[in-house]
Amino acid sequence: MNLFVVVWGYLKAKPLNTVLNILLLSLGIGVITTLIVFNNQFQEKISDNSRGIDLVVGAKGSPLQLVLCSVFHIDFPTGNIKLREAEMLSKNRMVKKAIPMALGDSYRNFRIVGTDTSYAGLFHAQLKEGNWWKEDLEVVAGSATAEALKLSIGDTFASAHGLTEDGHDHEENKYKVAGILQTSHSVADNLLFTNVSSVWKVHDIHEQPDSAREITSLLIRYRNPIAALQLPRMINSNTNMQAASPAFETARLFSILGIGVDVLLGIASTIIIVSALSIFIALYNSLKERRYDMAIMRSMGAGRTRLFAAVILEGTILTLIGSVLGILLGHLLILGFTTLVEEGARTGISAMVFYTSEIILIAGSLVLGVICSMIPAVQAYQTDIHKVLSGN
Amino acid sequence: MIHVASLTYTYPTGKKMEFPNFTVDRGEHCLLLGESGCGKTTLLHLLGGLLRTTTGNIKIGGQDLGKLSEAGLDDFRGKHVGFVFQKNHLITALTVEQNLLLAPYLSKKPGAGVAEVLSALNLQGLQSKKITTLSQGQAQRVAIARALMNKPDVILADEPTSALDDKNCDAVIDLLMNVAKENQATLVIATHDSRLKSKVKRKIELR
Repeated sequence: MNLFVVVWGYLKAKPLNTVLNILLLSLGIGVITTLIVFNNQFQEKISDNSRGIDLVVGAKGSPLQLVLCSVFHIDFPTGNIKLREAEMLSKNRMVKKAIPMALGDSYRNFRIVGTDTSYAGLFHAQLKEGNWWKEDLEVVAGSATAEALKLSIGDTFASAHGLTEDGHDHEENKYKVAGILQTSHSVADNLLFTNVSSVWKVHDIHEQPDSAREITSLLIRYRNPIAALQLPRMINSNTNMQAASPAFETARLFSILGIGVDVLLGIASTIIIVSALSIFIALYNSLKERRYDMAIMRSMGAGRTRLFAAVILEGTILTLIGSVLGILLGHLLILGFTTLVEEGARTGISAMVFYTSEIILIAGSLVLGVICSMIPAVQAYQTDIHKVLSGN
Repeated sequence: MIHVASLTYTYPTGKKMEFPNFTVDRGEHCLLLGESGCGKTTLLHLLGGLLRTTTGNIKIGGQDLGKLSEAGLDDFRGKHVGFVFQKNHLITALTVEQNLLLAPYLSKKPGAGVAEVLSALNLQGLQSKKITTLSQGQAQRVAIARALMNKPDVILADEPTSALDDKNCDAVIDLLMNVAKENQATLVIATHDSRLKSKVKRKIELR
C-alpha cells in the first residue's frame, strides 16, 4: 500500500473524467511535439540540402521559386538561361565551383536532373551499385527513387515532360539505369541524375547551334567572402539572369511559415490551458466528494502533508500520463505522415528522433499538474476533520 | 488507560462544553450516553485527538494529548486509536483489502494480516471486492476490521448501531465487544441507543 495506489484508485473510480483530462492534455502536447519534430528536422534538412551552395543563378522570376526548384526540387523552374552566359559566369574569378542544372523532365513523379557528377558530391552521395553515366541517356538513381520505382541496373524508361505524372512521354529516347546511389538522407535520394546533354537529346535540341542551348540554373560556390557582396549584384544588374541566395530565401520562407507555426502553437497552448483548467475543476469537485474520505484518512493517522501530497500526486500523474501520451501521439502523427503520405516520405523526416525540448515539455506539464492541484491540495490540507465527521 | 480531568471545549461559535472527570481502565468497555447535541461526538473526537482540548487534559496510556504537536497527534492516533463511525465511511474508490491496508500504511505501523482480520470477522473472500458491492452489514464489519488493523489500544465507536435494526445491532455490538476483548483494547462507545445499555455495564452520562 502506498499513496500511488490510493490516487490510482481515485483516478480509476472516475474513468471518463480521467480519460478526458488525459486526452485533452495529450492533444495539446501532441500538436506541440509535432511542431518541434517537424520544425527541427525541416531546418536540418534545409541546411543539409543547401550546404555547399552559396548562390543559385537562373532565369528572372521569384528568387524563392528558383531556390525551391534548384536546391530543394519542390517548385517548378523559373525558366531557362543561356548556356553561354552560364559558362561565362562559371569562369568568373569569384566563382570557385559552378554546377549546371537542367530540369524539366521526370519519370513517374521523380525528377530527372541533368547535371554533372559533382552535384551528387554536394550530398556525399556514393554509388551503391553500378557506375556513373559514361554516355548520354544513362541515369543514376537516388536510393529512394530506385526503391519506389523498383529500378535496377540496366532498366530502361521513357521520361515525361514536366514534373507531374500527366506530361507527355519522350518515347523515342529511353533512359537506361547505370547506377544506384546509397542513401544520403538528402534530396539526392529522391532524384534521377543524368548528364546535361541527355536532357538536350531528349528534347531534340542537340542539333541546334551552341548559342541556342539552355540550362535551368547554375549552383555556385564562392571563392571568397567578397563574392557574396559583389557576385549577386553583378548578376542581377548586368545579366538577364537572377541570383538567389538559398540562405536568405529559406530564412524568408521560415518567416512566412512562422506565422502558421505561431497559429498552431497558439491553438495547442489554448488546448493545454483548457486541459489544465479541466484538471483543476475535476480535482476541486472530487475533493468535495472526498471530504469524508480525507477525514477518515486523518483519523487513521494520516498527516495533513500526506493528504496535500496525495492531491498533488493526482494532478501530476494526470499531466505526466497526458504529456507522455501527447509526445507519443506527436511522433505517431509524423510516422503516419511519413509512411502513408507520399509527399511526407519524400521530406525524409524521421518520426523516431527525439529532442531535448520534449523533455522540457514533460517537465513543464508536471509543473502545470502541480499548479492545477495546488488549490485543491491546500483545501485537503485544511480539512477540518471534526466538522466533517460530526456531519455539520 | 483513559484519564480525563477538568475537560472543557469551546466551539468556534463560542458554545462551551464541560465534561465530567472519568477514568477508563485498560480493556474496560464503556458507554458515553446522552441526548444528541450533548457533546458525545465532540468528546470522542477529543479522546481520539481529532480535536484539541480548550482546558483540562486527556491522558491515554500515560500520554498527555495536549503535549503532542499536530503531527505527533496524527502519529499517536494512527498507532494507538481505532475509530468506528456511524456511517462506515470506507473509501469507495479502493477495494476491501486496500481499505484495510490503508490503516497500517497511514500510521506507519506494521499491521495485522488482512486475511486474519477478515476471517476473524467472518469476511473471508471479500479482499478484492469493491466497497460498493458490499451489503450494509458487511460494510460495517469491514469498517470494524479496519479499526482493528493496527491492533489499537483504544477503540472509539461513534453511534455504531443507531442505523441498524435490532438483529444487526446485537451482532455489531457483540462483535465490537468480542474483538476489543481479543485485542485487549479499551472500548468507548458514544451512543444514545438505549438498546446498548443492557450490554455494557460501565456508563458515563453526559449532560
